Amino acid sequence: MDALQQIINGLTLGSLYALIAIGYTMVYGILRLINFAHGDVLMVGCYIAWFGATMFGLPWWAALMGSMALTALLGVLIDQGAYRPLRKAPRISALITAIGVSFLLENLGLVVFGGRPKAFERPEIFNQLLQWGDLRVLSLSLWVPVITALILAGLLFIIHRTRLGMAMRALSRDLVTVQLMGIDTNRVVAATFALGSALAAAGGIFWAMKYPQINPLMGVLPGLKAFVAAVLGGIGNVTGALLGGLLLGMCEILLVAWLPELAGYRDALAFVLLIGILIFRPSGIMGEELPE
Amino acid sequence: MTRLTRTVLTLGLLAGLAGPARAAEPIKIGFLAPMTGSSAAYGQMMREGVALAQAKTSQVLGRPVELLLADTRSDRVEAANAANRLIMRDQVVAILGPFSSSEGLAAGPVAEKARIPLLTAWGTNPLVTQGKRYVFRTCFVDTFQGQVAASFARHNLKAQTAAVLLDVGSDYSVGLAKFFQKSFVALGGRVVLSSHYSGGDQEFGPQLAAIKDQAPDLIFLPAVLPEVPLIVRQARELGLTQPIICGDSAQTEETLQIAGPASEGLYFTTHFDEQAVVGEAGKHYVREYRRVYAKTPDPLGAPGYDGYLILLEAMARAGSTDPEALVRALEQTRDFPGVCGNISIVGRDAVMPAVILSVKDGKFQYVATVEP
Repeated sequence: MDALQQIINGLTLGSLYALIAIGYTMVYGILRLINFAHGDVLMVGCYIAWFGATMFGLPWWAALMGSMALTALLGVLIDQGAYRPLRKAPRISALITAIGVSFLLENLGLVVFGGRPKAFERPEIFNQLLQWGDLRVLSLSLWVPVITALILAGLLFIIHRTRLGMAMRALSRDLVTVQLMGIDTNRVVAATFALGSALAAAGGIFWAMKYPQINPLMGVLPGLKAFVAAVLGGIGNVTGALLGGLLLGMCEILLVAWLPELAGYRDALAFVLLIGILIFRPSGIMGEELPE
Repeated sequence: MTRLTRTVLTLGLLAGLAGPARAAEPIKIGFLAPMTGSSAAYGQMMREGVALAQAKTSQVLGRPVELLLADTRSDRVEAANAANRLIMRDQVVAILGPFSSSEGLAAGPVAEKARIPLLTAWGTNPLVTQGKRYVFRTCFVDTFQGQVAASFARHNLKAQTAAVLLDVGSDYSVGLAKFFQKSFVALGGRVVLSSHYSGGDQEFGPQLAAIKDQAPDLIFLPAVLPEVPLIVRQARELGLTQPIICGDSAQTEETLQIAGPASEGLYFTTHFDEQAVVGEAGKHYVREYRRVYAKTPDPLGAPGYDGYLILLEAMARAGSTDPEALVRALEQTRDFPGVCGNISIVGRDAVMPAVILSVKDGKFQYVATVEP
């Protein structure tokens, strides 16, 4: 019973990591840019949903949709304002800019929203406490993996079955050649940022429902963990991000459950996994060896 | 936020208007607080209390007081840097703050080395002032707080067994857990499990499941925001119905809002509660706080208010801002009528009462005041 409880815990946490990791991996796949502001975009998405729900009294799904749309727009704006001017600059410049954007969003959040955490309402449908004998599970914990699977299916459809997806895949192989073929790469990149940021908002909102509070620094840790998950799975690969997320979530929960005296080292475990994978399989679980 | 900014500005303006007409050189006091980072929520509460104290007494020794805020960014290294900056660049005569024991352990040695008195109103870990000459505290010590919690757990809640869940990255949490455990065992109780997490964690399922297996009578949780309400809520969702005792820094409105109905059965050992106020100073504070900020007084403002006024009162008694004279005056602080009760400084630490609170119907409920 106890093991089952922990596995459900791990599955939920892993799905949340996966949702966030997908955004990382998509942007990296196309621009070879690690968008360190991703976690903070997630935070902004949560605040938008919070304002939508508490100020305008929107039902949760409307707040979710609205937040995904606005956060997608934010992602596009960040790309246009911060990353596009550096498209031809060395990769490290864009990376440092990403860290700068991350700090900007965090501190802007502190000024605008204040540092005190806000309570995030959990909708009734996700707040049911299901009980079988000793096992107690929140309905949200079962919904999150389902929703993640649905979103992933939709995303895979876009990537493999639509023209936009085809352009994205082509772009990830060779940006310059695709440009020469007459494709507006800026639009494809913008679409990638929009999709990735919308997923970050969705991931963040479910995160905030599971751990029902939001604060301007809430994106930092999920962002870092999702980055680890993306690398674990093979950065640039969407299915890999899912696997990496699930693996990381499971490992973290089981470590604490089986070796409680090591509970304080949970974050360290994530980074040990990262170092391990970088040493033994740098391309990740699903990653393919790409010629530099 | 905008209201806060406006209030602070108004306060500043009022303080300026009330100042003396003659142009006296201001007395510079540093104020170390976490304005950004994970403890930013606490920094805001601290600033509200200190701003009220400054509005009440804005000058000493016939000179206006200038409070220089320095951000510790909720970080040890930054706390030491900020203390250094206040002393070297701004030439402050004393420092109020910082917030956490971890920050205090980093900033304390800087002040000690520069021989500038530092007075924390929030760092409760005994090590903060230990072996220091220039570092003082005007809040109670965790040895006392742990004792109060353990005695309440044993005698009032009749707990035989307890589980402890602590943050391994926080000096405050580790220390308070240790002192609680020591007192609880000394009083004949048994600690069945000590489980760990680290600051920033949001999933506590595994630790709580382990506690559930042990079925203790009580859970001791020396945690701070933002973890407290998450832990409490997840504990209740997992079916843990035991009373939970938290330390002073957990008593915030957010704990109640975020934990919701799960916060029933929570207890706190703390410095201040509106209902616990008896003295004139406390009543004045509550009245002013409600007038200026239009909300229930936050717990961390009161110690800051007391700390600021104790520092100024010591300066007035010392008759100068000379560090040695100030240290001697601080040492002689006896029965200062503060918001949190009568405060005396013995050695470098404050001896003062602690307040015990519980949660009933989504509100803090005053239980008792424990005299030292």
